[in-house]
Amino acid sequence: MSMNKDTILKVEDLKTYFPTRTGIFKAVDGVSFELKRGKTLCVVGESGSGKSVTARSILQIVDKPGRIESGSVLLTRADGSLTDLAKLDPRGKDIRSVRGKEIAMIFQEPMSSLSPVHRIGTQIGEALRIHFGTPKKEQRERVLELLRQVEIPRPETAIDRYTFEFSGGMRQRVMIAMALACNPQVLIADEPTTALDVTTQAEILDLIKKLQQSHGMAVLFITHDMGVVAEIADEVLVMYRGKVMERGPVEQIFHAPQDDYTRRLIGSVVKLEKKAEVRLTRTAIPAEAAPLLDVKNLSLTFPSGLKAVDDVSLTVRPGETLGIVGESGSGKTTMGRCLLRIYDPQAGAIDFRRPDGKTVDIRTADRAELKNIRREVRMIFQDPVGSLSPRKNVGQIIAEPLKLAGMRGRELDDRVAELMAQVDLEPAWRERYPHAFSGGQRQRIGIARAIAVKPRLIVADEATSALDVSLRSQMLDLMMKLQDELGLSYVFISHDMSVIRYMCDRVAVMYRGRIVETGDTDQVVNHPQHDYTRALLSAIPHPDPRDRRIHKRFRYDPARTVSANG
Amino acid sequence: MPPAQTSAEKQNGKKMLRYIIKRLVFAIPTLFAVSIIAFIIIQLPPGDYLTTLMADWASQGGAVEAGTVAAMRERYGLDQPIYFQYYKWIWGILTAGDFGISFELGKPVTELIWNRLGFSMLLSLLTLCFVWAIAIPIGILSAVRQYSISDYTATFLAFFFLAVPDFLMALSAMYVMSAWFGQSVGGLFSPEYVDAGWSFGKLLDFAEHVWLPVVVIGLGSLAALVRIMRANLLDELSKPYVTTARAKGMSELELLIRYPVRLALNPLISTLGWILPAVISGEIIVSVVMSLPTTGPLLLRALLAQDMYLAGSLILLISVLTIIGTLISDILLALTDPRIRFQ
Repeated sequence: MSMNKDTILKVEDLKTYFPTRTGIFKAVDGVSFELKRGKTLCVVGESGSGKSVTARSILQIVDKPGRIESGSVLLTRADGSLTDLAKLDPRGKDIRSVRGKEIAMIFQEPMSSLSPVHRIGTQIGEALRIHFGTPKKEQRERVLELLRQVEIPRPETAIDRYTFEFSGGMRQRVMIAMALACNPQVLIADEPTTALDVTTQAEILDLIKKLQQSHGMAVLFITHDMGVVAEIADEVLVMYRGKVMERGPVEQIFHAPQDDYTRRLIGSVVKLEKKAEVRLTRTAIPAEAAPLLDVKNLSLTFPSGLKAVDDVSLTVRPGETLGIVGESGSGKTTMGRCLLRIYDPQAGAIDFRRPDGKTVDIRTADRAELKNIRREVRMIFQDPVGSLSPRKNVGQIIAEPLKLAGMRGRELDDRVAELMAQVDLEPAWRERYPHAFSGGQRQRIGIARAIAVKPRLIVADEATSALDVSLRSQMLDLMMKLQDELGLSYVFISHDMSVIRYMCDRVAVMYRGRIVETGDTDQVVNHPQHDYTRALLSAIPHPDPRDRRIHKRFRYDPARTVSANG
Repeated sequence: MPPAQTSAEKQNGKKMLRYIIKRLVFAIPTLFAVSIIAFIIIQLPPGDYLTTLMADWASQGGAVEAGTVAAMRERYGLDQPIYFQYYKWIWGILTAGDFGISFELGKPVTELIWNRLGFSMLLSLLTLCFVWAIAIPIGILSAVRQYSISDYTATFLAFFFLAVPDFLMALSAMYVMSAWFGQSVGGLFSPEYVDAGWSFGKLLDFAEHVWLPVVVIGLGSLAALVRIMRANLLDELSKPYVTTARAKGMSELELLIRYPVRLALNPLISTLGWILPAVISGEIIVSVVMSLPTTGPLLLRALLAQDMYLAGSLILLISVLTIIGTLISDILLALTDPRIRFQ
């Protein structure tokens, strides 16, 4: 077998199958690729494409009942010999001497991927003990060195802390330190930045790049985000339903894709790079129109003392979409919930204009009034799984708000069918339960439920964040279609600038409970006034490998910069 | 050790201490409520100790003058309103450690119960240790080999013992041990040691006797613990941190013990709070059947005779032990799970 001397890992015709009751599920179906020293290979694909199982197959840590059916995973060892990892016993000593030592792995969810009851120092040092039997004292020294490498502040204190005392980004740094402990030749990163904010993501990507250069590692980076791929990949492997659709240099994948699926994938990403076409041609909403929702100086302080919403003012005009963008912890979700009085804000006013022209302050409305208002202001949630009751069928879920409004019998059935058709779901599926639907379809159920009682304002909280990119634009298109048909207004909460840019008329940028900038979407995106907005925009991965940006991004430091509006 | 670490440790210690104090303070109202409920419960049956006594005498053919009864009622304080009786009783306990007197035995309650309470505690403690020592490995085995023969066997046996009532188990165990193995059963000591002082021989004799009630009381709670351990561990086994540890190159056995088992133990510790009452009430029944010198038979007799101060004190003290047990389990949980400590 001949191998290029730079090739560390060569995967050939790998097949990993999951036997199920209904037959065999081919999670990985004949995948081949090579990993080269110092290079980054990105495996990209939507959920269910088998990219994660591919990565896990290399180390033989596929979850039960999956197993490697055939194929080879050839690893070049430090002494130049070749080992076929696929042939090793998954519980045996030989594969264990590779795991963590020669090939290390980092995972998506840094919180659940680390033990909550062990100190991080113990968890990082463990690999050293397992592979080299390093004594405790040396272990500690090495762990401190690793923590310094991954730029965790005050390593001497951090080493004895627990994972839940860290933020998401810091936890991912701990994971990386853990992976680097034994100086591996190969680093497998399984969606390491998916659960992180864009600015944190940019920092982690920088860190991985830097460490890759200093350690000369080969990196296998798994992601569904084409922007990230464009920023970091040398080579790309596009997967779909367990098969490789296309493989090649990053330049080729983005600018001369050969395969249809790749083209569609790139297409749906590029589509989200600009404003939706239906919104380009629409006549602008007159600025002087009386606002549907007028929020003035809204503030909410939690009992813990955290000022989640701090003096927020914004307006939503009829038929308009207002985007709220910010990172996790910025208070955007809390603010959205205040609009429906799920939380009780302590100060300010939420003036909502009723159909008869009178305005009601939602913040001080009494129970009866609130009940009426909640029929006109609805909410769509992020998690399409958690927000639908698994014990009710789809018809019942959509009918619920209608029943509460007093609709019964035949009329109710007809309305449910009509709503399902409106969100492009087959009305015949009404007897099915939510688990029988895909993520995108579940979100459509959520939308159907929200529009059931003909609301006038919908608060959509990260409504597309849990969806694959190709579904994302479909969902946004559907929401805009409904907006035009029903004359809806949206408050669209998202951390994803591309989604905001695609669909929102105006945008408000939130940072630590405050709104730092508001304006027309074009204005804010192209000419941001506030430094935080600029930092946020520059941290977004750009899906064009010819124009890599995030490593020269603008960093926002509130201590140094004077905020534009206080 | 670098100074930064010691300060972090010190901070942890402080948090822990604050937590323990908080729990202790919360235990006080609970204890108070328990004492009231205990007192009400023993007042619930109609009549009082004297009614029972009269009925006893009448059935033996004796007649009692009404004046004697009234005089006795006054002497025992039974003519006073119930809240006053409670107040007198609790005040005596708080200020002088005086739990009142037993009407039937004519002795102060304190004299009667301490020795028995000691045996009760010892028996409960031994039972808990036994149950945990057996339940944890069986639970681990059941989870790791889910749906295997050993899983099914363990589950079946556990449920079987759960279903058999304590007293029946005690009777059968006694029968089997004495008829087939010729062992002396009943009591915690052989006759020659009962009144002897503590010696090595007596300790050995105690060990020979105590295991049978421990097993009988424990088997009932075993099933619940095995199932909890199994369910906890099954949850933990599929968590991502297990995969992380596996990707480090840890061996499967070390991995199992260090991560999922370690985390699955936490909820098990909190079961101490309700396993302890189950063990104590099981102990009462089993002790009556096996005539053990614990609080069980004494409590039963006191309740039958409406010997209110004796019964009330026993219920109170058993409850106090349970609350202390729960407190210990909370503190243990905080020690083993940093997430609770830091809240």
